Amino acid sequence: MIPRERHVEYLLRLADSPLVLSHRLSEWCGHGPVLEEDLALANIALDLLGQARLLYQHAAALAGGDASEDRYAYFRGVPEFRNFTMLELPNSGVASAGAADPDYAFTIVRNAMYSAWALELWERLSRSADAGLAAIAAKSLKEARYHLEHASDWTIRFGDGTDASHARAQRALDSLAPYANEWFAADALDDEAAASGLGVDCAALRGPWLVRMRALAEEATLRWPEDSAFLSTGKRGLHGEHLGYLLAEMQSLARAHPEATW
Amino acid sequence: MADPAAAARLETIRAIVGAIPDPEIPVVTLADLGILRDVLIDDGAPLVLLTPTYSGCPATEAIAAQAREALDAAGFADARVRTVLAPAWSTDWIGEDARRKLRDFGIAPPACSAACGARTPPACPRCGSGEVEQVSRWGSTPCKAHYRCLACREPFDYFKPY
Repeated sequence: MIPRERHVEYLLRLADSPLVLSHRLSEWCGHGPVLEEDLALANIALDLLGQARLLYQHAAALAGGDASEDRYAYFRGVPEFRNFTMLELPNSGVASAGAADPDYAFTIVRNAMYSAWALELWERLSRSADAGLAAIAAKSLKEARYHLEHASDWTIRFGDGTDASHARAQRALDSLAPYANEWFAADALDDEAAASGLGVDCAALRGPWLVRMRALAEEATLRWPEDSAFLSTGKRGLHGEHLGYLLAEMQSLARAHPEATW
Repeated sequence: MADPAAAARLETIRAIVGAIPDPEIPVVTLADLGILRDVLIDDGAPLVLLTPTYSGCPATEAIAAQAREALDAAGFADARVRTVLAPAWSTDWIGEDARRKLRDFGIAPPACSAACGARTPPACPRCGSGEVEQVSRWGSTPCKAHYRCLACREPFDYFKPY
């Protein structure tokens, strides 16, 4: 058995990543490269938002008191968010200045990496000892499959497309890959969740994830990057400079009108 | 269900909620789509179990609100509505009658069971041709993809196997 507050903490860690990625994807709404992609990203963002909501609702029911999905999403600050650092990076890319144009290759390669990871995660969590989490996982798994198909198709199209699209996809892959290390580096909470049957052994996801990603890179004629020792710390609440701006925008309405209903 | 009056009451509730049209695809009902999972007695009162299609489906809350309204209007103030996630909704729960209604409305129903995935192409709901191409994996709602018929040249929505 895992103590209730650690159980809630684990659920919030699972919820924050899809919420933050959902927000990044929603920034493309009205700005997609073509109408069909605008629709696709908005729908993927919606799925991720839905997954986050289900997890927040589940965590709130467990936590009791005044906990609620809105409190989790809108009234926690940067250090309380436990999303992976990769997902808060701006759509313009890792090394871009704030006002740089969004990069579709970066968005697509990140989606491919994340949905391939999510597929492995949800598949295992659908057997979680927490029946509520298992139900959310079984639902999210079906969605992750669609997201991965979409991102894979475009990664291949960019990779074996023109010299320019290939270069951008390769640059996205090179700059994003080190940020995935965090996904597979277990900390005390991961270990506790895995041992209790609530969570997964996150290191065990790396092998099958790498098989998927290397196969995708090969089909896209991209070179899979060398291993890196870089380890981001988002899931511990230590974020880069981008999350604060993201939350400021995402939370502004709820904070300006707390307790508002419509 | 030992008590025939209580059983009849649950059947009435099932009929009322089951007949509510889907807010985004009004040619089919909640019963047609398999969104209405069950109606049972829980804690001495009727309980309606609904399930969302996709996690982020914006219609989920509208559907629960409509069920609530319909039950209130029919005098079932004690009935409760709850959303359940497990087992996860599947297009395999869409009945034959509903598939016909979708096709008549111009939406291609799922071409195969959920297990076959999204890559199996549907037949054009207008001319029946199998010569179709995908325009976009997502269409006007999360549950649909956008296709084009290469025979009659009409674009159409495709309810994805899921």
